[in-house]
Amino acid sequence: MTSTVAGRTTAATANGVGSSPARPDGTRKVRGEFAYSSDLWHEDMLWGATLRSPHPHARITGVDVSAAVAVPGVHAVLTHGDVPGLNRYGLEHPDQPVLADDVVRYRGEPVAVVAADHPETAQRAMKLIEVTYDELEPVTDAEDAVHGDVAELHPGGNVVRHAPIRRGEQTPQADVVVTGRYEVGMQDQAFLGPESGLAVPDGHGGVDLYVATQWLHVDQQQIVAALGLTPEQVRLTLAGVGGAFGGREDLSMQIHASLLALYTGKPVKMVYNREESFYGHVHRHPATMYYEHGATRDGRLVHVTARIYLDGGAYASSTGAVVGNAATLGVGPYDVPNVSIDCWGTYTNNPPCGAMRGFGAVQAAFGYESQMDKLADACGLSPTEIRRRNAMSEGTVMPTGQTVDSAAPVAELLDRLEGMPLPQPGSTADLRTLPGGVSNTTHGEGVVRGVGYAVGIKNICFSEGFDDYSTARVRLAAVGGQPAVTVQTAAAEVGQGLVTILQQIIRTELGVEQVTILPMDTSIGSAGSTSASRQSYMTGGAVRAAALKVRGALLSHAATRLSRTTAELHLDGGKLASVADGVLADLVDVLGEAEFDETVEWRHRPTEALDPETGRGNAHVQYGFAAHRAVVDVDTELGLVKVVSLDCVQDVGKALNPQAVVGQIQGGSAQGLGLAVMEEIQTEGGVIRNPSFTDYLIPTVLDMPPMNIDVLELADPHAPYGLRGVGEPPTISSTPAIVAAIRAATGKELLRVPVRPDHIV
Amino acid sequence: MQGSDAVELVRPDTLEEALAAKAERPGAVPLAGGTDVMVELNYDHRRPEALVDLTRIAELATWSASGGHVRLGAGVPYTRLIDELGDTLPGLAMASRTVGSPQIRNRGTVGGNLGAASPAGDTHPVLLAAGAEIEVASVRGARRIPADTFYTGVKRNALAPDELITAVHVPSAAVPAEQFSKVGTRNAMVIAVCSFALVLRDGHVGAAIGSAAPTPRRVPDAEAFLAAELPWGTDAPLPDSLKRRFGELVAAATEPIDDVRGTAEYRTHALGVLARRTLTWAWDDHRGSVRACA
Repeated sequence: MTSTVAGRTTAATANGVGSSPARPDGTRKVRGEFAYSSDLWHEDMLWGATLRSPHPHARITGVDVSAAVAVPGVHAVLTHGDVPGLNRYGLEHPDQPVLADDVVRYRGEPVAVVAADHPETAQRAMKLIEVTYDELEPVTDAEDAVHGDVAELHPGGNVVRHAPIRRGEQTPQADVVVTGRYEVGMQDQAFLGPESGLAVPDGHGGVDLYVATQWLHVDQQQIVAALGLTPEQVRLTLAGVGGAFGGREDLSMQIHASLLALYTGKPVKMVYNREESFYGHVHRHPATMYYEHGATRDGRLVHVTARIYLDGGAYASSTGAVVGNAATLGVGPYDVPNVSIDCWGTYTNNPPCGAMRGFGAVQAAFGYESQMDKLADACGLSPTEIRRRNAMSEGTVMPTGQTVDSAAPVAELLDRLEGMPLPQPGSTADLRTLPGGVSNTTHGEGVVRGVGYAVGIKNICFSEGFDDYSTARVRLAAVGGQPAVTVQTAAAEVGQGLVTILQQIIRTELGVEQVTILPMDTSIGSAGSTSASRQSYMTGGAVRAAALKVRGALLSHAATRLSRTTAELHLDGGKLASVADGVLADLVDVLGEAEFDETVEWRHRPTEALDPETGRGNAHVQYGFAAHRAVVDVDTELGLVKVVSLDCVQDVGKALNPQAVVGQIQGGSAQGLGLAVMEEIQTEGGVIRNPSFTDYLIPTVLDMPPMNIDVLELADPHAPYGLRGVGEPPTISSTPAIVAAIRAATGKELLRVPVRPDHIV
Repeated sequence: MQGSDAVELVRPDTLEEALAAKAERPGAVPLAGGTDVMVELNYDHRRPEALVDLTRIAELATWSASGGHVRLGAGVPYTRLIDELGDTLPGLAMASRTVGSPQIRNRGTVGGNLGAASPAGDTHPVLLAAGAEIEVASVRGARRIPADTFYTGVKRNALAPDELITAVHVPSAAVPAEQFSKVGTRNAMVIAVCSFALVLRDGHVGAAIGSAAPTPRRVPDAEAFLAAELPWGTDAPLPDSLKRRFGELVAAATEPIDDVRGTAEYRTHALGVLARRTLTWAWDDHRGSVRACA
């Protein structure tokens, strides 16, 4: 099979782009043999432990480590004074102490770290550290943080970012106006592999760190600054990552373990337990959103006015970028002539919030999709019809002034969803199909079915003028009588399957079956973060570009050896061939002793910053769209919900690996289901009430229904292979579709997610 | 590991050895499936002087039936209870099916549930409603504690420091008019927001609530009302007014709190609903048996 992409004939081979070969790490993961970061081990290593603040807001008046230091087996007890470089780090602003100095700003903030020869010893010594605090009043409400008379938690105030978006008439009039106040609770990434890693001192003042992360180079930058070292002295290698979803973008134990390793001269391992993990990573921003939608009587949007408050918690993390997304995507995938949005990201004394799959778009979608349903009601239209009448399409101008310049098939997604068969009425014979499951709460009593629709929009790749690039090295040589390629990047494989598609890209571009993905580390340039649905686009793009350079060099080399012109040659399943004469030679023979080795730094087209007053600017690279239809059975007397079906249509531009694409859609939809009906970190006065998987619930197989999934491939001409980032869009529309279905079943307003049983009864 | 506060692990092969160990070390914590105890140890929420591993004592993992009772060894895991006693102890099997995940049910035991005595423990309402007795033993001898005097406070039970739970004695269902129902905010693998058990047997009514008071407890007013009002021995359907009154009496007997899993108000409301529904289902079972006998 030969396919033509961007005018070039690609090499035909099995298991290339568009097929679904097995993951290189799949068997080991299924068999439990894959080494995750928490499995790391080094002879003579020490174990680290972290003392954390019990208060959400307090001034530290004293730290006494003497009892901890005296424990036999303890090698080091370090506090802020032991941080040799800058005692601050952060993704956007270095505002977070490595170890707290004067003030703690959240419950769980690291105050001291211990290294000992046994994890128990480290834990016990840690508990012997005496810290005295003067408790301060915590700021726990994001709106108060912006407008109220509360303490300033950081110099410059409590607003991390305010992003206004202004388009058209700012005081518009409309025939039909609906308003609503919506809340999104704090969701957790709930990755299964806790924060963990191993720091090994090199004996010359530097350190090698093996860690589960999403972006090796941005970790390295922050560690280097805190340790006062050079990048050459701090080398990172990706350890096995047990899920990420944004929660590994910020540092957790990286600096602490490195500091302890340098101080003790011994390798130091740190592994958080599940409870500590809830304190050890950022969460999804909780949101409070005020929306007003105006429309003509026939349901055409006239204006959207919104105020969105995102609670960033104690430190900035990526709050600024999350605000940018919520603001620019705040009206959803609709064509709206008049827009006035204000989005604030704030500091409070709640747990720090940052990146999580959907990144600002999730929160906004619950607001604008709830409003679209309300507007449909007010206009006497169906939920799909109101959306179709306002659906954006290719050529639509966003509220930022940016023209959507590739496929935006919003109406088609809805049409296809409506065309899917609806599930049969539930059987009361099998408890597992009913709300409550085998807990035997209903045999059909009180159960009402509802159907809901939602569409979402997400920017793909980094936005707002960020210099977004990825680096890839591709090397081709004959190994053991076979052509073989090695691929090196620093792109974090976090479970999503990048390692599989990089192999597929090489097979497609070079016709070589045997592709080895080298360990990801900082010996090569940055690949950017595994986030923003960007790695297929960016590191896929970089690997493809490097492969094309290798192919160019190889064809020149072959042309010389075979006395042909480069133009007539192509690669075909491990052979060199010409159009006229067919196969000319085995690639391995042409290669001989030659080696082709190319490194490429690859960028997507540039984006622009948003105007700080108007929010205008071509801020985004690409937009991704997904739509869901949820069917739910609700036990209206008990408020229990069974999602019966959750169907999805998503445009992915090009499915590089169709099985992986479907997996992303299933997983993203499940995460959206979790936010709809159960997942929330509950806080009270800044303190997490449920830091465990006993009480932070994530969907089980009995909560997540089978899905009908329809994948569209409408190529984006700007993107490698025409692909469109896949990972985030299905998380966005899943939540509002399910809530819409629950509203349809119950008639309740349901202004907050997750929907709890007592909201329904 | 440093220090003298290491946890001693005692691994007796017989019940006598276990009772002797418990008598010597009253602070020792018995360990069967470990699904509760090991979590607490791993999080350092608890550091007992010793653990007494009961898994080598074969007799604890057996059950027998005679004279309308089942003697269920404290170490029989939920999975076996479900597979082997599903028809004989239908209420207890229903509750067991709602415990944790399959892996937890493979390890966890009714004995462990009783030892922890959590107000949210899944088997307690059924043991209360069925009129079960908890058999406990020490070097001083064995005794039986009725379920309704077993739960003495939040996570406290009537065991003396030197006693171990050896078995529960549960009346088996000649007629399977037993129901258990539990509300959780997830459709599987969830701790009870509240739970309810109902057993109807020859003019006798047992009804109990879980996770809605400091301890699992019976609801005597509701039981007495139902025992008096049910048209026993007939297959007549129940009037809605009777079901509603029963629900109200159950709701009135709750003493719930607001916590991270749900509100007090919701728990009271939900128990009223569960009471009405389980009464309908249990009475349907009773009617079926009346018709079968006719």
